[in-house]
Amino acid sequence: MNSAKYVAGKALRMLTLLIALCIVSFILVKNSPIDPVQAYIGADMMRVSEEQREQIAENWGLDKPPVEQFISWAGAIVQGDFGTSMIYRVPVLTVIGNRFTASLALMGVAWLLSGIFGFLMGVIAGMNKGKLIDRAIKWYCLTLAATPTFWLGLILLMIFSVWLGWFPIGLGVPVGVLSENVTLSEKIYHLILPALTLSIVGVANIALHTRQKLLDVLESDYILFARANGESGLGLVWKHGVRNIMLPAVTLQFASFSELFGGSVLAEQVFSYPGLGQATVQAGLRGDVPLLLGIVLISAIFVFTGNLIGDIICSIVDPRIKEGRASV
Amino acid sequence: MNVLTEPENTILEGAQRNGIRSYKLNRRQKILIITGFCTALLIGVMIAAQLMSNEGIATNFTQQNLAPSWSHPFGTDWLGRDMFTRTIKGLAISIQIGLLASSVSVVIALVLGMAAATMGEKVDDAISWLVDLFMGVPHLVALILIAVVLGGGAKGVIIGVALTHWPSLTRVIRAEVMQVRTSQYVLVSRHMGKGRWWIASKHILPHLLPQFFVGLILIFPHAILHEASITFLGFGLSPHLPAIGVILSESMGYLAAGMWWLAFFPGLSLLVIVRAFDVIGDNLRLLMDPHSAHE
Repeated sequence: MNSAKYVAGKALRMLTLLIALCIVSFILVKNSPIDPVQAYIGADMMRVSEEQREQIAENWGLDKPPVEQFISWAGAIVQGDFGTSMIYRVPVLTVIGNRFTASLALMGVAWLLSGIFGFLMGVIAGMNKGKLIDRAIKWYCLTLAATPTFWLGLILLMIFSVWLGWFPIGLGVPVGVLSENVTLSEKIYHLILPALTLSIVGVANIALHTRQKLLDVLESDYILFARANGESGLGLVWKHGVRNIMLPAVTLQFASFSELFGGSVLAEQVFSYPGLGQATVQAGLRGDVPLLLGIVLISAIFVFTGNLIGDIICSIVDPRIKEGRASV
Repeated sequence: MNVLTEPENTILEGAQRNGIRSYKLNRRQKILIITGFCTALLIGVMIAAQLMSNEGIATNFTQQNLAPSWSHPFGTDWLGRDMFTRTIKGLAISIQIGLLASSVSVVIALVLGMAAATMGEKVDDAISWLVDLFMGVPHLVALILIAVVLGGGAKGVIIGVALTHWPSLTRVIRAEVMQVRTSQYVLVSRHMGKGRWWIASKHILPHLLPQFFVGLILIFPHAILHEASITFLGFGLSPHLPAIGVILSESMGYLAAGMWWLAFFPGLSLLVIVRAFDVIGDNLRLLMDPHSAHE
C-alpha cells in the first residue's frame, strides 16, 4: 500500500517536471535566434518568395501571440502530435521511433554489459581492498571517468577499423543496401564498436560505487559475526555481502540513463551510427526545432522512466522503503 | 652519562632510520606532493600556452602530415600546424572555460543549497524540484538545447556549461547545512539568543567552505569534458580556435589515412588534465575533512 503510494507520488512528480520542461524549452526556443521558416525552407531559399514565407508562418500560427502558440503546441503534444521534422520531412514521432529502436539496441547492450562487468569489478576490488588488483581496478575506473567518450571511440575506431580492419569505418548499415534488406547479423556487426565504447566507459561509476558499498558492508557487525562463525571468502561475500550491495547497484544503474543517453550521442557521432543521438546532433546543427523539442521531451521521459523503475524495484525489494521513508 | 633509557634509544634509532635512510613519507606528505605536482602541471600548461608563439599553429605547407618526432612531439596536421602547440593552447582554453563555468555553478549551488536548507519547507521543495528538473534531461541534450538556443559559439558553450553543473553540488550543500543546523552546538547557540545571521556566518559558513572549494575543483573535470564534447559535436567553440573538441572532430577525417597522432595525443592530454583536477579535488577533500585528514 505504502509502496504503491510512494511510486504514485514519484510518477506525479515526473508529470509536473515534464510539464515544466515543456514550458521551459518552449520559452527557450521562442527566444532563440532560430527562424523556423528559414530552417524549414533551407536550401530552397532562393525559390521561396516573401509572400510564401508569410503564408508558411501564418499556416503554422507563428503570427499569433506566444501563449496561444504554446497552448496549441502543448495540446498537440498531449494528443501525440509532435509536429513534422523539418530536415527529415516526416512526423517527429516517426523519426524518433525509428531512431530510438537503433539507439535502444546500442544502449541496452552497453547498459547490460557495463552493469554486469562493473558490478563484478566492484566486488573483486572490494574483496581485495588495498591489494594490487584493487588498486588496478580503482586506477582503471578513475582514469575511465576522466576519459572523453568520443576520444575512446576514436581510439577503438583506429585500432579495430583502421589498423586491424575488422570493422567498417562508420555507417550503421552497409553502403548500397536498402535498409529493409539489412540482416540482423550486419546490424549487430555495426553495433559492436559503439556498444563496446559505451560499455568501457560505463563500468567506472558502478564499479567504484559497488566497491565502496562492499567495503562498508564488510565492516558491519553481522559480517564480523559471520567471520567469527568461520565463514570467509567468496561464500561470505555471496551470502551476506552481495544481497546488500545488489540493490543500490541496480538503482544506480537505472539512474545512469542520463549519462548513457549522452554517451550514445557521442558514440553515434563517432561511428556514424544512425540512432537518436545522431538525430539530436543533426536537429541541433540544422535548427530543426520540432525534432529537437521532441527529442528533449523523449529523452527526459527516458531518464525519468529509468529513475522510476529503479524506485519501483527498490520499493518492492527493500522493506525499509515499504514502511515509509520517515527516517530520511 | 647515559640519560636515555633502552626503549627511548630504540625509538630514536627508528626515527633516524626513517628520516635518513629510506625517506619514508607519511600519507599526508604523499598527498601534498601529488597535489602539488598536479597543480604545477595545470599552471604549467596555462603559462606554456601564453608563452608559445602563434607560429606553431600557423599554416605551414612544408611540414604537412609529419608523424611525431623530436621537433614535433605530437606530429603535424594536413596544414602543417604543430599539434603540440595546438593541444597546449586548446587545453588552456578548456581550463579557462572550466574555471569560469565551475565558479558560476558553485555559486549557484551554494546559494540554492543554503536557501533550501534554511528557508523552510516550501523553498526546499521548490529547489529540490528544480534540481530534479535539471537532472531529468540528459546533460548533453540540455547542453545542445542551450547552445542551439543561444545561437552556438563560445557564448553558448560557456553559458550552457555554467548553468547546468550545480544540481548535484546543491544537494550536497543542502545536506551539509541541514546536518550542521540540527547539531548540538547550533541549537545551544540559538538558545543563547544568537541571531540567524550570526549562526549562518559563524557556524554554517565555515563548514561549507571546504565543500565550496572541493566542489569547485571537482566540477572542473565535468565542465571541461562537457565543453570538449559539445565542441566535438559542432555546437561549441568556433573551428578557428585550437580547442580539443575541434581538433578531435577534424581528426576524424584523417584517421582512415592512418594519421593516428592527430587524435591520440590531444585526447590523451585532455585525459591527463581532467585526471589532474580529479586528483587535486579528491586530495583536498581528504586533507580538509577532519575524519580522514589524519588517517
